[in-house]
Amino acid sequence: MKVLSEDRTRILFEKLSKYIGVNVKLLIDRPDGTYCFREKKDRVYYISERLLQLAQTVNPDHLVSAGTCFGKFTKTNKFRLHITALTYIAPYASYKIWVKPSAEQQFLYGHHVLKSGLGRITENTPKHQGVVIYTMSDIPIGFGITSRSTAECRHADPLANIAFHQADIGEYIRSEDTLM
Amino acid sequence: MDIVNEILEREQKKAEKYKPITVEKHLDVEFDVGTLLASDTNDLDLKVLQSDNERDKYLEALTRDNTQLLLNKVWELPTERIDEAIVVRLPVPKTLLPRSKPVPKPKPLTKWQEFAKAKGITKKKKDKAQWDEQLQKWVPLFGFKKAAAEKEKNWLIEVPQNVDPMTDMYEKKASEKSEKVAKNELQRLKNIARARKVKIPRVGLPVTADKANAAQLATAAVVAKASTASLGKFQDKLPKEKEARGKGIHELIPGKERKRKAPIPTPQQEKQNNLNLIDKILNKRPKIDMEKAVAKHIHTEQIQRSEEKKNAKPIKGKRKAKGGNVTNFTAKKPKAGKGQRNPNKKATGRKRR
Repeated sequence: MKVLSEDRTRILFEKLSKYIGVNVKLLIDRPDGTYCFREKKDRVYYISERLLQLAQTVNPDHLVSAGTCFGKFTKTNKFRLHITALTYIAPYASYKIWVKPSAEQQFLYGHHVLKSGLGRITENTPKHQGVVIYTMSDIPIGFGITSRSTAECRHADPLANIAFHQADIGEYIRSEDTLM
Repeated sequence: MDIVNEILEREQKKAEKYKPITVEKHLDVEFDVGTLLASDTNDLDLKVLQSDNERDKYLEALTRDNTQLLLNKVWELPTERIDEAIVVRLPVPKTLLPRSKPVPKPKPLTKWQEFAKAKGITKKKKDKAQWDEQLQKWVPLFGFKKAAAEKEKNWLIEVPQNVDPMTDMYEKKASEKSEKVAKNELQRLKNIARARKVKIPRVGLPVTADKANAAQLATAAVVAKASTASLGKFQDKLPKEKEARGKGIHELIPGKERKRKAPIPTPQQEKQNNLNLIDKILNKRPKIDMEKAVAKHIHTEQIQRSEEKKNAKPIKGKRKAKGGNVTNFTAKKPKAGKGQRNPNKKATGRKRR
């Protein structure tokens, strides 16, 4: 478990702020104890200080993971958010997209969100904004990046992409071995 | 009788002078006659040892007894007589004596040996001589006979098509060979330096005879960039510049090896650092998003216009009263057939037939 370098911390926070904006602060500044980000094998883990201290007793070679995996750094040093971070991101999301029940499965199979599947969208969502995708019953099912702003959505044709797929909870099954 | 007594007395005195050769011991003394070693495992008399005047006597007596026992053992061995002296051949010693010098360390492995060990490569025994098909004779692996055979074989060397026809192939071959020898020598010296843990100065990039490859050029660029007084900190960067990567490149770049890891911050410190960093990111002046700005501008314009329209409606009558031919200039093309026709109102736009 390594402390993230300043460069990587910046990349991580920039990515997180794309989804939850100012609320990134709330991830660090928590009333229920100190939480921090640690890196192991290019994966970034969100872990409480108390748990981290317990994890340090384990031989680093034998430690697979500790805390919640937020994502990983690619070989080109970009941060990629994993679906495991959804539980922490979803409550703070400032921009949301709700998909219709008929389009839920399509999204969970890794497809983009089409206009036809769009149920609801947060008012004045800009273009290329990180969003959390919800079902109509308000269950978060993944992340996406909008390809159109809310205003543009109105005029889009039914088969146009509204949000690009980033991660979905179907990955828990589809890419079980690479998630962690 | 007097004489007998006298003799007996004398004998007794004599006997008192010499102690008996038999010694009584609680536990048997262990012997290693080969090294003339006797080890007595019996307890010492502590009381006597602590008293000052009797200690020496006691130790002397003990030593004598044990020596006596050892000599008894020696006498048990078969004796020989060499030049008037009685001699015993001692058996092979049983006791292992520790060596006086430290155990020699194993020779440090060369780089190749290390590699071979890791890969499990074992040396294959080669024959000393090989059958040469061309010469139809056995040629040794090395030595003057091998050199002579090579000379005999290579009486003519073809110049390949991709090589300048005027090159001396013999010279080329000789230079290749001498280069190989030099390389081997360098590696030998490197091995010695590594074994003695001597730091070898950097040699930099290898000088290549022909064109350097992309990796070498990239490395050279990175090294050159870092070769300033500030270790390249203030050098400009190209938009998509990549650091040269690979084995041994890191060592070539000045200032890289000195980099130390920052100490792990305390939780509070780390939290503060992170919060500062987040603030910095969030307070970044946003880039002007042209598309967004234009969309916003159009949006506000539209709202303004629609409000104007709403406000304009009640005034409509007044305007009419004025009799002016006031038209609302909107971006939209005027359309006909909307609502009731007003015969009083003059139709706007082009006259259509």
